[in-house]
Amino acid sequence: MFKILQKSFRVGTATADYPRVAPRLAEQYRGCPEFDFAAWSDARPAAEACPTGAIAVSDHDGARQVTVDYGRCIFCGECEAASANGAVKMSRQFELAVTTRRDLVLTAEYTLRSDGSHAELKSATSGPAVEEPGKRIAEAIEDLLGRSLSIRQVDAGSCNGCEQEIVALNNPVHDIERFGIHFVASPRHADMLLVTGPVTRNMELALRKTWAATPDPKIVVAVGACGISGGIFGTNYASLGGVDAVIPVDVYIPGCPPRPEALLYGILLALGKVRQRGGSHSR
Amino acid sequence: MTPLFEELRERFPEQIRSIDEPVPDQVTVLLSGPDVTEIARHFLSEYQARLVTVFAEDRVKAEGVFYNYYLFDRPGDTAWVILKAPIPADHPSFPSLAAELPAVNWQEREIQDWFGLEAAGHPNPRRVALHDNWPDVHPLLKDFPLDTVLPLFEGERHVYRPAYGEGVFHIPVGPVHAGIIEPGHFDFAVAGEPILYLQLRMFYTHKGTEKLFENIPIHRAVFLAESISGDSAFSHGTAFCEAVERAAEIEVPRRAQWMRVILLELERIANHIADVGAIANDVGFVIANAHAGRIREMVLGMNEMLTGSRVLRGMVGIGGVRRDWQQAQVEAIESTLAVVEREFHDLVVILQASHSTRHRLERTGILRPEKASMLGVVGVAGRASGVNLDIRRDHPYEAYRHLSFSVPVYQAGDVRHRMKVRIDEVAESVQIIRSAVSRLPEGSHRAPAQPIPPDRCALSAVEGWRGEIVHWVRTGEGNCLERCKVKDPSINNWPAIVEAVEGNIVADFPVINKSFNLSYSGTDR
Repeated sequence: MFKILQKSFRVGTATADYPRVAPRLAEQYRGCPEFDFAAWSDARPAAEACPTGAIAVSDHDGARQVTVDYGRCIFCGECEAASANGAVKMSRQFELAVTTRRDLVLTAEYTLRSDGSHAELKSATSGPAVEEPGKRIAEAIEDLLGRSLSIRQVDAGSCNGCEQEIVALNNPVHDIERFGIHFVASPRHADMLLVTGPVTRNMELALRKTWAATPDPKIVVAVGACGISGGIFGTNYASLGGVDAVIPVDVYIPGCPPRPEALLYGILLALGKVRQRGGSHSR
Repeated sequence: MTPLFEELRERFPEQIRSIDEPVPDQVTVLLSGPDVTEIARHFLSEYQARLVTVFAEDRVKAEGVFYNYYLFDRPGDTAWVILKAPIPADHPSFPSLAAELPAVNWQEREIQDWFGLEAAGHPNPRRVALHDNWPDVHPLLKDFPLDTVLPLFEGERHVYRPAYGEGVFHIPVGPVHAGIIEPGHFDFAVAGEPILYLQLRMFYTHKGTEKLFENIPIHRAVFLAESISGDSAFSHGTAFCEAVERAAEIEVPRRAQWMRVILLELERIANHIADVGAIANDVGFVIANAHAGRIREMVLGMNEMLTGSRVLRGMVGIGGVRRDWQQAQVEAIESTLAVVEREFHDLVVILQASHSTRHRLERTGILRPEKASMLGVVGVAGRASGVNLDIRRDHPYEAYRHLSFSVPVYQAGDVRHRMKVRIDEVAESVQIIRSAVSRLPEGSHRAPAQPIPPDRCALSAVEGWRGEIVHWVRTGEGNCLERCKVKDPSINNWPAIVEAVEGNIVADFPVINKSFNLSYSGTDR
């Protein structure tokens, strides 16, 4: 007993203060890729290298449309290696959760040279808003602390990668309970379903039943590239793709897997939405 | 190996068509028909060999037959032996070994489900990988398109073996579980508190992985391998790359081999520390789990510093690793490792001082050594039950042949010893990493990219933190694969949980299950 207390005193506080304080990321950490569309001379090698089809090109009439889908991206960095001029750079950005699926998709249109490389950038949507990690949420956090949130996690077919990082939310470093958020054993006790994917054919019914068992108002968060889009598995004879192919989704958290702070960011984003829906608070 | 070949040829002149060694230490014995019963018995009894895995391949279009492959491991021999048994397309059936060799029970049924080959005489031939509500399809047949849309939810409900008697009842659990864990269904038949027997139903997370391997180029498939079992991303990724490298005769630079060793051991340390904490947590020793979570974060931080990913993704590649290390990174391994080692030592001291924890873990969930070897249990769970196997030592890959380390083996087979194996292995892994860091050679971290020649077969085996991972590939045209078989250690070990829980109280199931900590996704693919 003495040893336990002694150890606890020696360790002191282990908890990181995200989102108030940005996490200490290793210099090598890979967040999402960022695209300088004007400097991108050819998107084809990156599209070819991308393991999940997050970068896609479609050519017609001497023009090319390039789409970049952060909902499929696994942050592997292959597009950076395949692109010249520093047009694609891996950033350290991980706060990517959104409430609308299409906000994860960027597009750019180019005219083409005869060799198929880009001649001129005609139009492009802007990249994800890059802020100091945690800033956006930190401003809203004071308001949110008054409410507790119960989460039921549902693995609808994942590889268990996302689950590892979700479990890490309960360790003393990330300690999600400091926000009054805790994981519960039954969907009947839950305000939120935190769902990983891809949704397999063998889990579809269980996911529907879990959703039906969760009392209203409820919020669904799709976690990871596979939970958002099916990821590298996509849709096939055994996989139905992302969570929103089966139940309605309120918040999407990209990553493979999303790091604990990215999960926290998405959950806190959703928490704002819960209050919005409940009518007691609006942001 | 030569005397073995001669003896086999002499003994089975009719059955054996040819013996060759297309890849060093991988001996393929081509048989003349689908019946391997006699030769398999010979391997098991005469050579004390172990049947590692059995899997099939559809070669009807190319060669007019299916093949079943039986992979054997003989103690004391670094060479693998693969029996390759042709199965005629017009009579798609093979004699089942499951009645005398329970280890192949699920794997033979997988072959039935995925290829439509009948495991004749199987004691329980029901579907396993495709649930009862699937139409009559066999997805790994070459003429079955990956993106086939199947009608949903028709057919019967799965029937569990009933239990009768006064005070006897069933507790159904899952597929959605109470904790943050993967989905599967457990049906407990209980008499009051003690568990009479447990029935498992798996494959809820079956996502067409082996089929998908045949439909994407190899450079993308590496990332799919990382998603077979997310807690073993680096081990599965490495096993996949090694299989392709052996098939294509790509030589991995020495520096990359040592880097892979360091990362494989970091994956082991991170998972073992988490499991030690989680086992303590499941008997109510919460503070131990808190320390384990804290220490694990240090390891994940090191992973991020070395690979850009907390869980080691996007690092391994065909021919080596994708990113080299600066000297500062290598030095940081040593300093962080020293802290992890000290902190984990303190945690172990705290755990060992707790008598109540010891009492909960001791003699709980016993898997007896004879059951473990009968079921073909591997990895941590095997070593806690007297199964003295470790691929790093027995079939060394990467730089492991240059390393010496001890392999902890216990006979008790209870939860406490499954934890003890992990504690011992963390200490061994720390020493392995130290040694690898001090001997890390200079030079290239990746062989230059080159086209992968078609129609080459090779297997690889990696001792993941959970146990033996096997990948087997046949390369195809255009840098693609014709087939990729994946064997996660979990598929060997799930049936052992059924044995280990018998007679234990329901309340101890979570800690017993956690002490095995098997992968659902790795099993279901």
